[in-house]
Amino acid sequence: MLRKGIALAALALACLAGPALAATTHEEPKEISWGVEGPFGRFDQAQLQRGYKVYREVCSSCHAMDLMYFRNLGQKGGPFYDPKYSNPNNNPYVKAIAKDYQINDIDSETGDVVQRPGTSADKFPNPFPNEAAARASNGGALPPDLSVIIKAREEGPQYIYSLLSGYPAAPPAGLDVAPGKFYNPYYPGDLGAFWKGHGPAPKGGLISMPPPLAPGKVTFDDGKPSTVDQQARDVVAFLTWASEPKMEERKQFGLGAMIYLLIFSGLLWGSYRTLWRNVSH
Amino acid sequence: MSGHSQYEPKTGFERWLDTRLPIVRFSADLMDFPTPKNLNYWWTFGGILAVCLGIQIVTGIVLAMHYVPHADHAFASVERIMRDVNYGWLIRYIHANGASMFFIAVYIHMFRGLYYGSYKAPREVLWILGCVIYLLMMATAFMGYVLPWGQMSFHGAVVITNLFGALPIVGKAITTWLWGGFAVDNATLNRFFSLHYLLPFMIAGVVGLHIWALHVPGNNNPTGVDVKSKEDTVPFHPYYTVKDGFAISVFLLMFATFVFYFPDVLGHADNYTPANPLVTPQHIVPEWYFLPFYAILRAVPDKLMGVILMFGAIVMLFILPWLDTSKVRSMRYRPTARLYFFIFVLACIVLGFCGAHPPDDHVIPGISGFQLLDSDINSFVWLSRFGALYYFGYFLVIIPVLGLTETPLPVPESISAPVLSHPANAPAGAAASPEKRG
Repeated sequence: MLRKGIALAALALACLAGPALAATTHEEPKEISWGVEGPFGRFDQAQLQRGYKVYREVCSSCHAMDLMYFRNLGQKGGPFYDPKYSNPNNNPYVKAIAKDYQINDIDSETGDVVQRPGTSADKFPNPFPNEAAARASNGGALPPDLSVIIKAREEGPQYIYSLLSGYPAAPPAGLDVAPGKFYNPYYPGDLGAFWKGHGPAPKGGLISMPPPLAPGKVTFDDGKPSTVDQQARDVVAFLTWASEPKMEERKQFGLGAMIYLLIFSGLLWGSYRTLWRNVSH
Repeated sequence: MSGHSQYEPKTGFERWLDTRLPIVRFSADLMDFPTPKNLNYWWTFGGILAVCLGIQIVTGIVLAMHYVPHADHAFASVERIMRDVNYGWLIRYIHANGASMFFIAVYIHMFRGLYYGSYKAPREVLWILGCVIYLLMMATAFMGYVLPWGQMSFHGAVVITNLFGALPIVGKAITTWLWGGFAVDNATLNRFFSLHYLLPFMIAGVVGLHIWALHVPGNNNPTGVDVKSKEDTVPFHPYYTVKDGFAISVFLLMFATFVFYFPDVLGHADNYTPANPLVTPQHIVPEWYFLPFYAILRAVPDKLMGVILMFGAIVMLFILPWLDTSKVRSMRYRPTARLYFFIFVLACIVLGFCGAHPPDDHVIPGISGFQLLDSDINSFVWLSRFGALYYFGYFLVIIPVLGLTETPLPVPESISAPVLSHPANAPAGAAASPEKRG
């Protein structure tokens, strides 16, 4: 019954609504570029490593990445890829990272639930055993899985970067922010009901995620200054890679395909002109 | 087949086979098929569409080897294809963008038929078979979009299947039957997968009929004049295999640009979030190729009328051969009709634009019009209404009336006539364009 109601509500929404939703606002995401865009864009491996560190030390305490395995970190194009280890499962760096985690398993002798050190073949462990536990720990909100988050948001890299680095020092005076909620101008929302100040309500929304980044919160191994802006850029680079680990391969393959098709088209054009030379048409 | 067979079996085996199953003769006749020599590049889209169908079937079969049609596993299995299957990202991006490419090509193919009057006698059955293919394509594309089981997959399926619920009396029963339950759920996904695998082969079958129906009267051509003599035609092979081949290769360049550099630009970000029946996306929008029909659906306040008009928009195509009263096929010789045709193309694009926006958003931002009936005049819902009005007006009023009232330009005697009288093609030494000789 509930599902049917939702289905009908969805239909009504699609056909009729709009006015109620049109009030949702947010600031336009900030522009960033870090060299992965464009047909020849490549990731900076050092940046991916820094980004992974931000994810591991900050994001992963609440956000799962269910589609990611430790071995992915060592595959071609990944943060810890090493040409010496064509099989990423053998990459010692990846093995060492995985080993730091305790993974739930079944003891094959006794059938008891046990914990063992992780291996490269294991998934990134989920910080919560289930959705209810995740909500209970986060004031009812569910931290979204980050595996494909960049592709799951419009203007993904710009949006995530703006969201992470865009928390104001204090919410605008006159905005009623409930405990456990945080104002972010880039998070889509409708603040009309919470606005007691003068003029129109500010753009943005109330998000359950506290400002996750702070200066010096993560110590970068390569000595990069650990500003909020740098942390946000790096973690977005890592998440962009994780959302589509085969992006570099795609662009490289594409270059070959385009050159092939261009030459092939040229040859066919020449054949066509030669063949039709004596036909008036 | 028009014209008698030129095929002569050369070997003993061919002679033996020819009296039992003349398949070599059949293929040879297809290749020799006399084709008007004045076909322009708009005629290459038939071949392009055949390639699109082939690509979709081949990539689809490979994807089906890795895809899991279950509500709990579908999303992750698609991502596994993207991440762990060898070249899975390539196969999936080709398949996903291939659907859009298929529709780009089919819309150009259809507009070409509309412009050059390819639906008129004796090609009505050919045209109707094409409309059947188009319907099957829409069903296939819709069900294919549901398979990744993302947010837009799920909620799109909910909206579209609920359309059948608008039918009086039987609506509810039909919807339940389509769903295989009381909501869009695993049973729906599973049957959509089954049908998504079946329909392309039905399309391939109807394509066979479409080509058969093409080879009875032969190709239409840009002049719309029937083939009069052998001088008007060239054999399909090598003349059109090479010309179509060139067009296909250029089309593939465009296709590859999307696959390799903008693979997600034609999709929706929401579909990278796993389906969640409890969370509805802000704007449920179908894929771009359905947007004009979606706009017509939403233009009508009454749900049943909206559904009827949406399907009516496709019915117009089916009955078009009998709506057109003009004796002249090609709009090259119908200047007035040509003008209305270009407005029609524009109306379709405007409708598509409307379908992508929330109905009450302002078309021209910042300007408030006046309230007309239920909405502001400066809103997408009103723009859709004007677009839909023109869409139906074009088929039901303009096309039938224009054929009776307009004065067409003189039509050439034969296909070769305008070709030979064209100054650029005049024999060397003839006094062509004396005005250019200073």
